[in-house]
Order: sequence, then structure tokens, then C-alpha cells
Amino acid sequence: MRERYLPLLATVTVFVLVYAVGAVSFKYFLSTHVLGDLLTDNAFIIIAAIGETFVILSGGIDLSVGSMIGFVGVVMAHLDTLGWHPLASGALMIAFGVAFGVFQGLIIDFCEIQPFIITLAGLFLLRGSCFMVSLDSVPINHPFVDVFSDWHFDLGGGGRLSSSAVVMLVVLAAGVVIAHFTRFGTNVYAIGGDRASAGLMGVPIRRTTVGIYALAGFYSALGGVIYALYTASGYPLAGLGDELIAIAAVVLGGTLLTGGVGLVFGTLFGGLIQGLITTLVNFQGTLTSWWATIFVGVLLFVFIVAQRTIMSSFMARRAI
Amino acid sequence: MDHADNPQTIAPIKSLFGDLTSRSWFWPMFALALIFMVDGVVSPGFFSIRILQGRLYGSLIDVLYRGTPTALVALGMAVVIGTKGIDLSVGAVVAIVGAVMTNLIHRDMSPPLVLALTLGAGMLCGIWNGFLVAILDIQPIIATLILMVAGRGIALLIDEGLIVTFRSDFFSAISTGEFLTVPSRILVAAGTFLALWLVLRRTALGLFIESVGGNSAAADLAGINAKLVKVGAYALSGLCSGVAGVLICADIRGSDSNNAGLFIELDAILAVVIGGGSLAGGRFYLGLTIIGVLVIQGLTTSILVSGLPPQYNMVVKGVVVLIVLLLQSRRLRESIFGAFRRKTS
Repeated sequence: MRERYLPLLATVTVFVLVYAVGAVSFKYFLSTHVLGDLLTDNAFIIIAAIGETFVILSGGIDLSVGSMIGFVGVVMAHLDTLGWHPLASGALMIAFGVAFGVFQGLIIDFCEIQPFIITLAGLFLLRGSCFMVSLDSVPINHPFVDVFSDWHFDLGGGGRLSSSAVVMLVVLAAGVVIAHFTRFGTNVYAIGGDRASAGLMGVPIRRTTVGIYALAGFYSALGGVIYALYTASGYPLAGLGDELIAIAAVVLGGTLLTGGVGLVFGTLFGGLIQGLITTLVNFQGTLTSWWATIFVGVLLFVFIVAQRTIMSSFMARRAI
Repeated sequence: MDHADNPQTIAPIKSLFGDLTSRSWFWPMFALALIFMVDGVVSPGFFSIRILQGRLYGSLIDVLYRGTPTALVALGMAVVIGTKGIDLSVGAVVAIVGAVMTNLIHRDMSPPLVLALTLGAGMLCGIWNGFLVAILDIQPIIATLILMVAGRGIALLIDEGLIVTFRSDFFSAISTGEFLTVPSRILVAAGTFLALWLVLRRTALGLFIESVGGNSAAADLAGINAKLVKVGAYALSGLCSGVAGVLICADIRGSDSNNAGLFIELDAILAVVIGGGSLAGGRFYLGLTIIGVLVIQGLTTSILVSGLPPQYNMVVKGVVVLIVLLLQSRRLRESIFGAFRRKTS
């Protein structure tokens, strides 16, 4: 068993355990219905979290994810009232997301400002822009929205693999390929491992950094498009705090926050675990929704401490 | 560091301007002066302060009054950032503290005891963060993220998901009352600032914090208990958030766990950064942090008095923060000045 798969193994184990708890406690929990809903309801956040994974792998952080989701939705809803096709407005917003990511990446690299604070400013800018476009929830009435939500694969047993989930799985596969089978992906890991040595080894730091944030912008904007289609509306407060859920998904997915170690594939399970906890709390019925946030907090704590222990034992072995 | 410039590159014109702009207080004060000047032009009565029913009134007082909770949180944040840390959980601590306070008030305890226990709860949250950062050696962003995520859940748990209200003359006096015409919360903030300044800047403690932030291992070797300093810094941040939480909660006479202190961590971090605190650790300025808070609050108030819709608030804030950050970037300044120098020479 190679060391890099250990955190992923831990994540999948937790996922299976939580699922098993649900299956034992509740009739119908182990149905394709629940599985399909789990994938659909969490598709947008997992998509955004894939982009966040690249950023965290490179040792950075992107806090503008949640605001991007809200902004994309609001603009798409506004363009819908002007008669735009959701696919056209969606494509425009994805281009915007990439451009915004390039902008953030350039400032981070050129001005040597911490990603944390630049993307914090990005969070403010995008959320503020949401309010400037609209203060109310605006529906998207285009017939394409119905087409999008109706289209699905049957999973058997009544469950559906919706179009949101399919998009998520496709871009997840793309993310895995980018991370593990391209030079860009190798550079991301190299920068996350040790930025200075990577630079000395000839890794193009600026191009890669800009690429990472552009990729994160692409994924969070795509997450916003999926969210807008999924809710058939744009709401200026949509995605509020989702950057934290995305970061938590990455951490629970086994990616080290210090950068350089982790797998894009793990983020899928990191996102699903959080969705599963919410589903469990909903099934339970008497527990209130804030228990879900507490459970996620506790899980985060356990995972981070476990990561710490794995890392220090790894370091100790390497030192000998 | 400002004197380390290569002597050959110092042009005569640059000397006065350069000397001025390289001072740590220049940019924050400049920003604040600019905002107030714009306000003075846009709204003629901006600088007038009058006494109404035994209380000071005016836009400037309003900026101070509304900035108080952020100022308290930002002071604690400045100290944490000085140790090369960050505290994302301050907003959640504000919510927890509010819930604890409301709960204790409903148990008919004496107000001073409630206050002490409530602040203790805030400090406990800070010690938890400090434990994660200093003892378990977890990155500060992540360590405090845990409480940030779970904290509001805990607060809702204490409140049982409700917005619990209360009546308390003691707490109203602290938060919304006045003392010798000055709103009492401004005095609370001023007192906290003074106490922090005395403890950190009139003793070696501030230097300890900065040395831990500059290089934790070196500070440890020099005989400073780096772990203790870090735990202390987070405990202090928790305490400051606690005081802010008491003010916010007493202001609305109730505990609103979902909204109390929402986004306050962002404002506090921005205030510290505008005030010249380095997120890379090793330096913090208490006074300039307050200036940073006033810049942010002044901006919010300007948007209100200028008649722009309040939804412009966040965008303007974001743009200003971006500009301040770019101005603070040494590399950008050098490349701009460098290009300028090459052209003139």
C-alpha cells in the first residue's frame, strides 16, 4: 500500500462507515434514491471543491468560491430576463470565472501577497457585485432548465443519476487527469511541496500559479452554473459560506493543507461525507440542522489531527 | 529595513516623499484622512458633534460607535497575526459568547458574575484554538476553521435554535448607555486598547509575540516559551471577541446565533492588514489597527451619507482593500518606482 493512498483510504472508510450507520438505522437509506440525491444535491459544491483541491495542493487557498457561486447565479438569472440561453450565459460566466482566477493568480504571484487575503478581497468583490446586480431571488424560467433537470440516467430501483451529477463526475475525471497525467499537475504538486526548490528546478512558478487560480475559477464558476440550473434561480446570498464547505471537503478528502500531498479523487468523498451527514440528520428527524455543522466540525478536527500524526510519523521515518 | 535601500538608487526628489511613505503610519492615516475629507465635502455636517439629551451625537461619534465591536475583535486579531497566526473563529466566538450570556442571564445570576463567566467562555474558545495551534501544531487557518465551522452550531445548540431575548439594565448600560456624555461602549473599547497597550508595549510581552511571529524556533532557542506565547495570544483574541460579543448581544438585547458577528473576522483581518500588520507575522500595531477599523467603518458610513445604496458597501470595501494591499506590496512598489527611475535617469 503506497503512502499517498492512506488518507484516501481513511476517507473512503469514514464514508462507508457513515453510510453503514445510516443503512442500519433507517429503512430505505440503502437505496439508489438516496445515493442519486446525494450525488445531485452535492454536485455543485463538489465541483467547486475540485478547483479548491488544486489550490490547496499548491499550498494556497481560495476563499472566493462561495461568492463566485452566488455571483454566477445572479448574473445568469439577470441574463435570463434579457432572453439569453442558460448555456450561453453559463459559458460567459465560466469565462468570467477563469478571467477572475487569472486576475487573482497574477496578483498573488506578482505582488507576493498571501492568497488568503487576496481571495478574501475577491470574496468581498464578488459578493458585493451580487448585491449590485440584484437584491432578490430571481427565477430562471428558460425551458432549458426543465430539460436539464429532467435529463438523467436510471440507476435502477427508482434512483436517478441527474445531469448535475453527470457533469460533476465528468469534471472530476478531468480534474484527476489534469492532476496526475499532465505536466501542469506535476508542477502543482512540486510548488505545493516546496515552492523555492520547485522554482530552482525550473518549474514555471508564475504560469503555474496563474493556471491554478484560473482552474479554480473555472471550477467554482461551473459549480455556480450547476447550482443556478439546479435551483432554477439566482439568489445574491447563494453560496454564502460555501468556501468553507469546499475547503472542508478537500481536507476530509485527505489533502494536506500544507500542500503537496493529496488526491483530487478524495475530494469527491470529502464532499459526499458532508452531504451524507446532512442526509443522516434529515433522516433522523428529531436532530436539528445545526447538529450537522457540529458533526462536520468534529470530523474536521479528527481528520486534521490524524493528518498531523501521519505526517509527523512520516517525517520521523524519513529523518532516520 | 527602510534604510537598507541601495544609496545609489535614492534620488533627491524621492527623499521627502519616500521617507514619508515608508513610515508605517503613512498609508493608513492617508486613507483615513482621504475618506473623512470626501465625507466632509459630500455631507457638510459630517464633522459637527453636538450633545443631545446628555449624549454626544455626530457622524464621527457614529463611526466610533459602530466600529467598536470590530475594533475589539481586530485588537485580538492583531496580536494573533503578530505571532504569524490567524483567528477565523472570532465571529463564531461572538455567537457562542452571546448564547452563553443570554443563557446565564435567564438563570438569574448577578450581572457581574454573568459578565465574568461569559468572558471566560470567550477565553476558553481562544485557549482551544491556541491548544490546536501551539500544542498540536496545526496551521492557524485550519485550526481556527474548526471552531468557525462548528461554533455557530454550538451557539445554536445553547440557544436551542431560537433567538433568545432578555432585559438587563446592567448590560444595556455597558453596550448602549453613556457615561459623561460619551457612549459607554467607546469607553469599553478605549479601556481595552489602553490595557493591551500597557501590557504589550510597556513590557517585553509585545516583543516576545513579535519574535515568536518572526521566527518561532529562534524565539524558543532564545528562551521564550513560544508555545505559551501562542496560546496566550489566542486566549487574548478569544477574550477580545468575548467583549465584542457581549456588546453586540447586549445591543440587540438578545442572542442571534446565526447572525451575531457574521463576517466580523473579515473586517477584523482587513483592519489589521490596512493597519500595516504583516500576515507573515513578526509585527503588529495596536494603534494602527484601530485606524484600520476606522478606515473600514468610515468607508461604510461614507457610503451611507453619500446616498449610494448600501449594497455598494461590499464592492467598495473590496476595491479599497485591494488597493491598500497593492500599495503595501513591496515588489509592486519597487517595480513601479523602478520603471519611473529608469525613465527619469
